[in-house]
Amino acid sequence: MAPGAIEHGPSAKRTRHDPDIDSTPAADMEVDEAPAKRDVVYEDFEGYSPQLMQQFYRRLFPFPEMVRWLSYGHKKNPHPMYDENYLQRREISMTLDGDIFVRYQSFKNADEMAKTIRARNPLKIDIGAVFNVDPAKRNAYSSFGAVERELVFDVDMTDYDDVRTCCTGADICKDCWPLMTIAIKVVDHILREDLGYQHILWVYSGRRGVHCWVCDEKARKLTNEQRGAITDYLKVYKGSENNKEKKVSLQGSVLHPMLSRAYREVLLPAFLDQVLPRQNLLVNETQIDTLLAMIPDEELAEEVKAKWRNGGRRASAHEDENLARWKDLEKIVIREKKRNIRLGHCLEEIVFAYTYPRLDLEVSKHMNHLLKAPFCVHPKTGKVCVPIDPADCDNFDPMGVPTLASLLNEVQRFRGDLREPAEEAAEAALPTDLDKTSLKEAVQLFRTTFLDDLEADCKSDIERAYRAKKDELASRPTTGW
Amino acid sequence: MNFSNVPNKRKSGAASPLHGDYTASGAQLTMYQVPPIEDVALEEFEQFALDRLRVLKGVEEARSRGRKPDELESVVNDLWRKHMRMGDAAETTRKDIISHYVLRLAYCRTEDLRKWLLSQESALFRYRFRMESPDAQRRFLTESGLPYNPVANAELEAHKDKLLQVARSVAGAGATAESVYYKVPFEDVPELVAGRKVLLSKGWAYVPRDQLAALVVGHFRTRLSKSLTLTRSQWNAKIEAQEKDRLTPVVEALSSRYLGPDYSTPSTKAGVRVADVDALAAASFPLCMQHLLHKVRDDHHLKHGGRQQLGLFLKGIGLTLEDALTFWRTEFAQKFGVDKFDKEYAYNVRHNYGKEGKRTDYTPYSCIKIISSTPGVGDHHGCPYRHFSQDNLSAALGRMRLNRKTIDDVMTKVKNHHYQLACAATFEGVHGAPCESGINHPNQYFDESRKRAASREGDDPTAQGTPPVAERQPAAERASPVTPVH
Ligand code: SF4
Ligand SMILES: [Zn+2]
Repeated sequence: MAPGAIEHGPSAKRTRHDPDIDSTPAADMEVDEAPAKRDVVYEDFEGYSPQLMQQFYRRLFPFPEMVRWLSYGHKKNPHPMYDENYLQRREISMTLDGDIFVRYQSFKNADEMAKTIRARNPLKIDIGAVFNVDPAKRNAYSSFGAVERELVFDVDMTDYDDVRTCCTGADICKDCWPLMTIAIKVVDHILREDLGYQHILWVYSGRRGVHCWVCDEKARKLTNEQRGAITDYLKVYKGSENNKEKKVSLQGSVLHPMLSRAYREVLLPAFLDQVLPRQNLLVNETQIDTLLAMIPDEELAEEVKAKWRNGGRRASAHEDENLARWKDLEKIVIREKKRNIRLGHCLEEIVFAYTYPRLDLEVSKHMNHLLKAPFCVHPKTGKVCVPIDPADCDNFDPMGVPTLASLLNEVQRFRGDLREPAEEAAEAALPTDLDKTSLKEAVQLFRTTFLDDLEADCKSDIERAYRAKKDELASRPTTGW
Repeated sequence: MNFSNVPNKRKSGAASPLHGDYTASGAQLTMYQVPPIEDVALEEFEQFALDRLRVLKGVEEARSRGRKPDELESVVNDLWRKHMRMGDAAETTRKDIISHYVLRLAYCRTEDLRKWLLSQESALFRYRFRMESPDAQRRFLTESGLPYNPVANAELEAHKDKLLQVARSVAGAGATAESVYYKVPFEDVPELVAGRKVLLSKGWAYVPRDQLAALVVGHFRTRLSKSLTLTRSQWNAKIEAQEKDRLTPVVEALSSRYLGPDYSTPSTKAGVRVADVDALAAASFPLCMQHLLHKVRDDHHLKHGGRQQLGLFLKGIGLTLEDALTFWRTEFAQKFGVDKFDKEYAYNVRHNYGKEGKRTDYTPYSCIKIISSTPGVGDHHGCPYRHFSQDNLSAALGRMRLNRKTIDDVMTKVKNHHYQLACAATFEGVHGAPCESGINHPNQYFDESRKRAASREGDDPTAQGTPPVAERQPAAERASPVTPVH
């Protein structure tokens, strides 16, 4: 995430006022404006604008949950094992309107965070590492460095452009989104089963990908070297990571259990059921070429191609043509394998090439990479970065995610008028209108699938450490002369 | 020097052999947790360190050539026997520990040096560990406070299939699973995780006995890395100043020590004539020298650093003092006039040939020396792989008419800071033949190149005064005779 890399969204269509009543557009969204024009009828909000964002931060953004998460059980001072400065050592960065990138901000508590963010109204909030000292005061210290950081992953659909025919670049649709679902399943499984992590948060990135935050204490304390080892463990692509052409090579005749499990349980079924038919891999001419190019026997590939060209449609009415051809190919390769051992793994390699998660590994390797916070709004799409339940990721619909405008419309429908100042909540950080909108569900998901367990675990860890320390102190002989 | 001002001092320790249990390397394997506490004579101090340095450089070279683990084991074994073995085990252990600590001092001072030492020492340790018997390895774990125990049979049974699958994925379908596994937090064996060489389950890695080295080396690395940082702050805080007249110069020289032949006597018996220089440069000079030569031809001037680097190199390839004077005068006079040259620069040329001043014969610079130099603005000396910008370097390589693949290869090596390997890759690209010995010295580059030219043409390539055109085909293609097919 390069500083200053801000994408400007189309500015939202302003809410239209009756020109007779209101001729000062600047006053549109000003909540503090004198309530002279109460009777204005608002039309639906659309798109994205800083003004709408202001409403979002004031009424909807779940500051208390964010802070509960990032505090990892540390509360103010019940006893010395609690680190009351823990949250304040966390870097929060903001991207402001006009390409302004503000790094190394930090907050004492949810109120302070809410106040600052509402005042600066960022387009995007990024979460960085926990440092040895308050990053906002880093210049006052002689040493400044990251000490903790969630293990994070970033999967972006643009890395799949060579294997999808439905859309390119920033677009996604129901035909390519399964690729993300596959990535979630494979990575989530490895994180839990192989690496033993439990507190894993998956978040929709707001446009065309997903982010993953592994929050177990052990994960937060990984060194860069260990992070690199994990990314290598996950990686199956040959060559450099920015290599556009994603070649897979499965060396050796036996796959590591992690890979064979992923293949058996996720990749192959998803390839046959979803990717192959939906991407038209063996019907679309260019796709056929791309796929057959992965067969390490040119003559054979030519032969197959010719056969398909001449044979026309051979699938029965209710069988997918792609699938029929794949079975065809399977038969041929298995037959020819005896003759040409280079064909050994090629079918598996094809499945891997089309479906295995393509992670932006640079993001995962270093502690000091920033990653966009959950519940931000993507300026291009207006979609909120909502959490995804990995156990139910098949049912996640990126097209149905609440947007900035849809949420504010819900609020407006309920309140009648957004010029009404938000009600004073008991705690300043509490968003007031959240419960009236569909964002409530997303925040609940955040709590029930992630936050509640995490917080309980952190607290009991801290308590356990405290008890251990107390016991140790108690058992120590008192020294004295 | 007494090392005991380094913390972590314990009275018992590595210097006192435990139970005469000396092993494959003839010395007790140690993690160097306890510094030597005796006084060491200055000569021994330096000699031991140099011997160890020879071992480490040997290890580095063997690794950079991609030797297999088994081959490396025997390389390490030979190097150790040759340079480190003493009369008895206690002596060898003593030398091992002292030399290790001296090199910590010598290599703690910059990030690059620390990295180098960390990498070579870890490799050395790894192969020494691998040579130990299973029993000795287990004992070593206990003695080093690494609390790893073999996994119980019942648990092994539960993972049997997967363990076998991992073994086969690593070593091929015919492999069998090890009988002894250690269960460790996966964080302790990053390299095994990275290579998918272990089974992972719920955060644990099942490390087969034959991969135990990776586990132990991980700890060795971590500890050494921390110690080096510590040593550096102590070096900066006091040792450097305290020892300024005695140890400091020795220690500082150690890290830039070049251990190969010094090329102070010209390598070509026939000598090289001034007229041949350009032809030879095109065919056989390494890039650093080609660059200096171009610069002096273009600018008719070179600053001191460049004059030294090129001048001594030319001396090394056999340019006589007379010819050297002619060479430099021809260029410099165009800019400054003959008088100024004779007055201001000729002395320096004669000096390098030992004809002035202290009358010591100066030796040509090694790659290490050139690479670690710091050319300033207007300087042209240094090593292009190290000191050129990416663009300049790839343009320069293009001018050498290397193909794209070679250039990519060279640039990758440069990116990984392997400058000498980059130079060797260039050599291979230019000569279309492998560079077995690596590049350690510009004069060695030249000699290797001439050897190849001689074997190719069978006569003196400069005899006609035309530059020999380097072949750009791979050696294999060139050498393979047509095999008759029956
Ligand atoms: S590696 Fe050595 S020979 Fe090659 S260019 Fe650098 S200094 Fe010269
Ligand atoms: Zn699509």
